[in-house]
Amino acid sequence: MEQQREAGTLGMWIFLVTEIMFFGGMFLAYALYRTQYPAAFASGSNHLDIYLGAVNTGVLILSSFTMAMAVYFTQVGNRRPQIFCLVLTLLLGLTFLGIKAVEYHQKYEDHLIPGHLIPGNPFDPEVQEEGRPLDHHKLHLLTGATVAQVEMFYWIYFAMTGMHALHMIIGAGLLTFLLIYSLKGRFDPEYHSPVEVIGLYWHFVDIVWIFLFPLLYLLGRHYH
Amino acid sequence: MQAIESFEVPAPPKVNYINAQYGLKSWLLTKDHKRIALLYLGSITFFFFIGGIYALMIRLELLTPQGDFLQSTTYNKVFTQHGIIMIFFFLIPSIPATLGNFLIPMMIGAKDLAFPRINLLSWYIYLLGGVITIYALLAGGVDTGWTFYTPYSTTFSNSYVVAAGLGIFINGFSSILTGLNFIVTIHTMRAPGMTWFRMPLFLWSHYATSLIMILGTPVIAITVLLLAFERVAKVGIFNPAMGGDPILFQHLFWFYSHPAVYIMILPSMGVISELIANFSRKNIFGYSFVAFSSLAIAVFGFLVWGHHLFVTSQSVYAGMIFSFLSFAVAIPSAIKVFNWTATLYKSSISYDTPMLYALGFIGLFTVGGMTGLFLASLAVDVHLSDTYFVVAHFHYIMVGGALMGYLGGLHYWWPKITGRMYPEGWGRFSALVIFVGFNLTFLPQFVAGYLGMPRRYHAYPPEFQVFNVLSTAGASILGFGMLIPAIYFVWSMRYGRHAESNPWHLPGLEWRTQSPPPTENFEVTPVVTWDAYEFAPREETEIVGKFGPELEGI
Amino acid sequence: MSEHIVPVRVYITIFAVLLIGTALTVVAAFVDFPWRFNTIVALTIATIKATFVVLYFMHVRYSTRLIWVIFAAALFWMAILFALTFSDYQTRKWDRDRTSGFVILY
Repeated sequence: MEQQREAGTLGMWIFLVTEIMFFGGMFLAYALYRTQYPAAFASGSNHLDIYLGAVNTGVLILSSFTMAMAVYFTQVGNRRPQIFCLVLTLLLGLTFLGIKAVEYHQKYEDHLIPGHLIPGNPFDPEVQEEGRPLDHHKLHLLTGATVAQVEMFYWIYFAMTGMHALHMIIGAGLLTFLLIYSLKGRFDPEYHSPVEVIGLYWHFVDIVWIFLFPLLYLLGRHYH
Repeated sequence: MQAIESFEVPAPPKVNYINAQYGLKSWLLTKDHKRIALLYLGSITFFFFIGGIYALMIRLELLTPQGDFLQSTTYNKVFTQHGIIMIFFFLIPSIPATLGNFLIPMMIGAKDLAFPRINLLSWYIYLLGGVITIYALLAGGVDTGWTFYTPYSTTFSNSYVVAAGLGIFINGFSSILTGLNFIVTIHTMRAPGMTWFRMPLFLWSHYATSLIMILGTPVIAITVLLLAFERVAKVGIFNPAMGGDPILFQHLFWFYSHPAVYIMILPSMGVISELIANFSRKNIFGYSFVAFSSLAIAVFGFLVWGHHLFVTSQSVYAGMIFSFLSFAVAIPSAIKVFNWTATLYKSSISYDTPMLYALGFIGLFTVGGMTGLFLASLAVDVHLSDTYFVVAHFHYIMVGGALMGYLGGLHYWWPKITGRMYPEGWGRFSALVIFVGFNLTFLPQFVAGYLGMPRRYHAYPPEFQVFNVLSTAGASILGFGMLIPAIYFVWSMRYGRHAESNPWHLPGLEWRTQSPPPTENFEVTPVVTWDAYEFAPREETEIVGKFGPELEGI
Repeated sequence: MSEHIVPVRVYITIFAVLLIGTALTVVAAFVDFPWRFNTIVALTIATIKATFVVLYFMHVRYSTRLIWVIFAAALFWMAILFALTFSDYQTRKWDRDRTSGFVILY
């Protein structure tokens, strides 16, 4: 059993290595284009909703905590709190996805979906004119930024947060599976490797967001 | 000294992994790594056949300087698809998924891999990727080159880029899961006494290969996804007209695709280490050097991808760094070649079919590797880039190197896998035919490329025709040579001489159980007290458990 | 290797640290640091947060050396990807006749 547990943990860590390299490619694209178009990236970032982003960060960190607690309770054999923590983690994950959906919808309304991803709704944001009253639905361009360059920011935003959200959805599915098996009493202090291993996955998804939040939402806030 | 007995051996043991269970479901839902290896063997051979047909079409077109057999657009699709099928669906999985899957648990004394169901899943994922790619081929094909360079692939190509990309993306997961399985298995499931430095070098190579699979494949996954995203959404990720950089695509693409070539060659080198040591009846010279150089190739292989970008707008200063590193990556490979050669020195060589392939490998791989150094030199590469010199270089490595190792390994372990011997005479004959055919095909291409013939062209100036005619003639011989083993392997499964546990009289752990092995590989878990290549003269090697036949030794 | 059970108060402490880190990074984002320090501050805070998650939530602090090596290897490989790719982009301007390797949109 011990060897199987070690093998399972090792296997998940190796899988996480592949995930790190997977997201790494997108982080590279982000870093490159940000150094090329700093004003445009700051403009695009400033248009993101910092409150929703920060709340989402808090939600994910809390869910990481509840996930760690779920593992803890499984290790010591408290089934009720274990199930409770798994449910909380799942709910928090779904909350994150809900808030993300709200954000995406806002982008859709402001015509900020890049390219022709939504047929009939191309990237065509309205630009905030200088001297006019501030409209949060309009894109405020900093000096040196053009709309076409801001589109570069937005495809990166959607690619990275979209891929992250996809991983969250998969995580939610895995958590559901964990919940079902926990309710059936399959896990105990002797055997709980799936809980640990899926916990590792969940923490990883949290870490990706810990980096995404400042890089996407906060990079231009000091440009005012 | 003959390695094969000349007297009859009794019928194979009653129960082995092949006849343990009958029925299609027992094969398609198996968790036995040996059966999964055979499943892979079948599908990989199928894809090799498809890739081979594309190769045939290429060589037929290039017989004449005019583009008369195929239209240029069709020719683009043919060479693209030849590349995609051969690289992603044949070369990358070939040795790891067949020989690796079959032998790794046996060589470490385990019953199976660490994650048997993930092993089966990886085969199904491979099939899914293959089906989607075949759909792309049949629906109209891809014409971007297997390298999918942007912005042609994202903006201008009218072919099935996204479908082919999706097939490759899915296939990547098969690779990742296989690598993951191997790494965990080698770390956690070695039999008592099997220390790292008692492992056969085949295992070191596969461990290094698995490292590359884990670290590199995800990058091509994201690259293909971004490619599809750009094509579908019409954004400007790699499109210069919209502010993107096509060279970013090339950086991301080659970050995987260069280490991918080490995925293709390292397992083959592992096979060659086994063949050289075992067929010269001598401990491999410099075991730890060969082991560490496998790891070094895996690491260094990730540092050189920019040599594919020398003639792009990549900075020449980065080019210098990559050029230097490309020279450095040749060193561990050279160390291996020296060690193999030193192993052969003053040894007792038996020229069985697997050994012929191994010897062929050493020569051909050396040629391929050294011509790589030409391409690693910045100034020379400006002249040779995108010519047939490059084509010849990589075919020497991939066919002369990887494929020879695969064929040699198949022959070597065939008795273990099937319990039958292939016909030795035909084996040696076809090895020689393949060697001659291969060289006739690709040696003229070095000259043609140096003289300026570009690659990926369906028509060419008439002064290159003589080289192309030689090349096509060689390809026919090569094709004929490869048909022969296809025939006699199938023949041997029914009519071949039964093989005993250890037909070659070798010390490896896989030879200490019956041929074919039982489902659980060994009757009792072996306790290893010997080194990988300890040769005792003509002694009986102990069979683990009671599966050994009555007749043994001379 | 027996399984190490991390005490609950450790988890609570790390959770608090992570929340504080998040608040800190938001506040720091509005301060105008010289040169590129905004990015450096943001990435440093993010790295510290991630390190805590890895060490404590993911139990790496209590794990075998093999796990440490695996995790370090992943970071190293990402570093290779970044370093060598940037070695291209950052040195493109060094060629006398070139202004940039990028097409600048108008």
